Amino acid sequence: MSKVLMKGNEAIGEAAIKAGCRYFFGYPITPQSELPEYLSRRLPQVGGVYLQAESEVAAINMVYGAASTGARVMTSSSSPGISLKQEGISYLAGSELPCVIVNIMRGGPGLGGIQPSQSDYFQATKGGGHGDYRLLVLAPASVQEIVDLVKEGFDLAEKYRIPVMILGDGILGQMMEPVDLGSETTLEAGEKPWAVTGKMGRTKNIINSLYLDPEKLEKHNRHLEKKYLEIKAKETRSELYQTSDAEIVVAAYGMIARVAKAAVDMAREEGIRAGVFRPITLWPYPEKELNQAAAQAKAVLTVEMSLGQMVEDVRLSLNGRLPVEFYGRVGGMVPTARAVYEEIKRLAKTYGEVK
Amino acid sequence: MLKQMILAGFGGQGVMSMGQLLAYGGMLEGKEVAWIPSYGPEMRGGTANCSVTISTAPISSPLVTEPDIVVAMNRPSLDKFEPMLKPGGILFINSSLIDRPARRTDITVYYVPVNEKAGILGESRVANMVMLGALLQAEPVIKPLSVMESLKKVLPENKHHLLPLNAQALAMGAEVVKEKSNKKTVCNVG
Amino acid sequence: MGVVFERPKSLTQQKFHYCPGCHHGIIHRLVAEVLDELGLQDRTIAIASVGCSVFAYDYFDVDAIQAAHGRAPAVATGVKRSRPESIVFTYQGDGDLASIGAAEIIHAAARGENITVIFVNNAIYGMTGGQMAPTTLVGQETTTSPQGRNPKNAGYPIRMSEMLATLPGASYIARTSVHDPKHVRETKKAIKEAFQVQVEGKGFSLVEVLSACPTNWHMTPVESLEWIKNEMIAYYPLGKFKSAEEAK
Repeated sequence: MSKVLMKGNEAIGEAAIKAGCRYFFGYPITPQSELPEYLSRRLPQVGGVYLQAESEVAAINMVYGAASTGARVMTSSSSPGISLKQEGISYLAGSELPCVIVNIMRGGPGLGGIQPSQSDYFQATKGGGHGDYRLLVLAPASVQEIVDLVKEGFDLAEKYRIPVMILGDGILGQMMEPVDLGSETTLEAGEKPWAVTGKMGRTKNIINSLYLDPEKLEKHNRHLEKKYLEIKAKETRSELYQTSDAEIVVAAYGMIARVAKAAVDMAREEGIRAGVFRPITLWPYPEKELNQAAAQAKAVLTVEMSLGQMVEDVRLSLNGRLPVEFYGRVGGMVPTARAVYEEIKRLAKTYGEVK
Repeated sequence: MLKQMILAGFGGQGVMSMGQLLAYGGMLEGKEVAWIPSYGPEMRGGTANCSVTISTAPISSPLVTEPDIVVAMNRPSLDKFEPMLKPGGILFINSSLIDRPARRTDITVYYVPVNEKAGILGESRVANMVMLGALLQAEPVIKPLSVMESLKKVLPENKHHLLPLNAQALAMGAEVVKEKSNKKTVCNVG
Repeated sequence: MGVVFERPKSLTQQKFHYCPGCHHGIIHRLVAEVLDELGLQDRTIAIASVGCSVFAYDYFDVDAIQAAHGRAPAVATGVKRSRPESIVFTYQGDGDLASIGAAEIIHAAARGENITVIFVNNAIYGMTGGQMAPTTLVGQETTTSPQGRNPKNAGYPIRMSEMLATLPGASYIARTSVHDPKHVRETKKAIKEAFQVQVEGKGFSLVEVLSACPTNWHMTPVESLEWIKNEMIAYYPLGKFKSAEEAK
């Protein structure tokens, strides 16, 4: 199939359609508005429904309703809007409803700015809403990977009955790259016996997250835990770049991993053995893969567009085995490849064998 | 081959579409490409810019912080992006609207009066195509023919009568670059 | 001899947990009777809200969803848009619908969502123990308006039905009461009309039912009925504020 040139935000929309998603509920916010705009045009063409909700709060609850019926459904927003959706996300997790939630991150806290950021990592991977739950969080680094992960995201969401978050940033959403959209997913009917569809002679189905009896709620929490452990064991994804002999491993995700690759290229030209570890699943965090990537490493540099959030998972994964340093830009400022290269050089001097 | 560019001007000068045509044309030639726009309120009235990367190898970072090529369609763009150019890079200045020469002395500069040239064609909106023609003559990152192919795909059928005009604009820009007097490797133009 | 009285099919065997004198039981039964009579049980999806009726999903023998506080109309929207062939209703109290869920109910009505809303107004927060609601009458004592609702501090109670009836998207809006058998029958009639509006695809329908909360009103069930009749109806007049015929 031939490639088309597409914006990241629009590619999310088209990939969702290819994945069989026919329902989208959203609310406008920069820098992701191209996605609802695109779907408002495309969904009616394929017999789907696009609805602009009165708020992000309403949008996520419409997702909750549509997901309850077993429909493939998506919503998208950017940081402040994702904060508003947290109540609904917690309910989706508690009621074990599959859906895809897109966060094209911008700077915060508060109204923040509209330029790219990675400051919602904690919110995405450590909860965000109330209660003991996890989202499966996927972080694409190119427009092609957006398409691949949106499609896989819907499958994973249904396989585990878990909300999946696609975590990107403003650059990824706005960027155009050539992309192969691939083929349409064929959905099999009748594979969701839990869905509410009208009882039609069977015993009734209930979508619910309320368990007033603590013994029952504990049982429910343990059930969720079991599912999360299974996902941790089976669903980590990551990319390794030049790590086999790397003394300095740069850990970065999304667009910033690509900046890190450019920096590693510069370092390699200067004879510094550097590599990049790029987690694709941010939850579950690819702990084993990071340890493998850093097998030969003397130190790890984490680079983020935040004050240091993923770096905590890097430290937890390495469990004190290696020094972990951090370099970040915030507020919508993006680390340059040269700046990351300078950090690599500094770490190589401090920790490397070649001084 | 890896070339990174920043194209900048004010909203309405067609810098975004200039960049998209480069990216689209590069894709049609089977190259790796990426296009990143500036976004936000600055698009509405202020300065707009986009970054384009065209490469024969996979692109590690599509973020352009040290461009090989800068196109400045207005004065604020020149002030902002001239300092970012790589040493030895190429700077295109829209001399119809920009009243100062380049300040760098380690780059190649082309002065292209795109608005005057577009005026000769009787269509001010092809000024960006004049600049694109100049760019591709000085640094053939893709073939002008690929730009025309992209235009065919991007423009709706009912606008295809504008294709010859756009081809003329490209050629006109290329002519400006061919005239040696418009090129300055060391900046000394008053 | 034939059966003269039985449990509607659309109710489960589960015993109601409601307090003595509470009207939720009556209203549940009326909804279930209507679903039975219109033959809708098999294709109905109920949305329970947060409040005393949170367990409605246990009582109605239909597929059901428990929604977050105030969000039932948004959840119902998602259900109806993805399954237009289903009959979808929300069951909400006054705190849920008129306070935290005010935006959701207004916009569902404005969009003319083809759903039915059963709005139970007892002028108080029941589940959390008798706090002031957006519908609490001026002067009414609650645990958070111990000197009586003072409009200088707490503003005025909202007449939701009148407000929603101003929206072109709303097709059927009625306020009824269940304080005596005559009004119970009228309430059933209104609920039936509301569901018929949905069955015929005519858009948004809502029945506001004035009902008693003797526990939190600190009254006997009989005093409560008198209070609905004399105090509540004075502020919340009964009637049909919009019928499908006049809806635009």
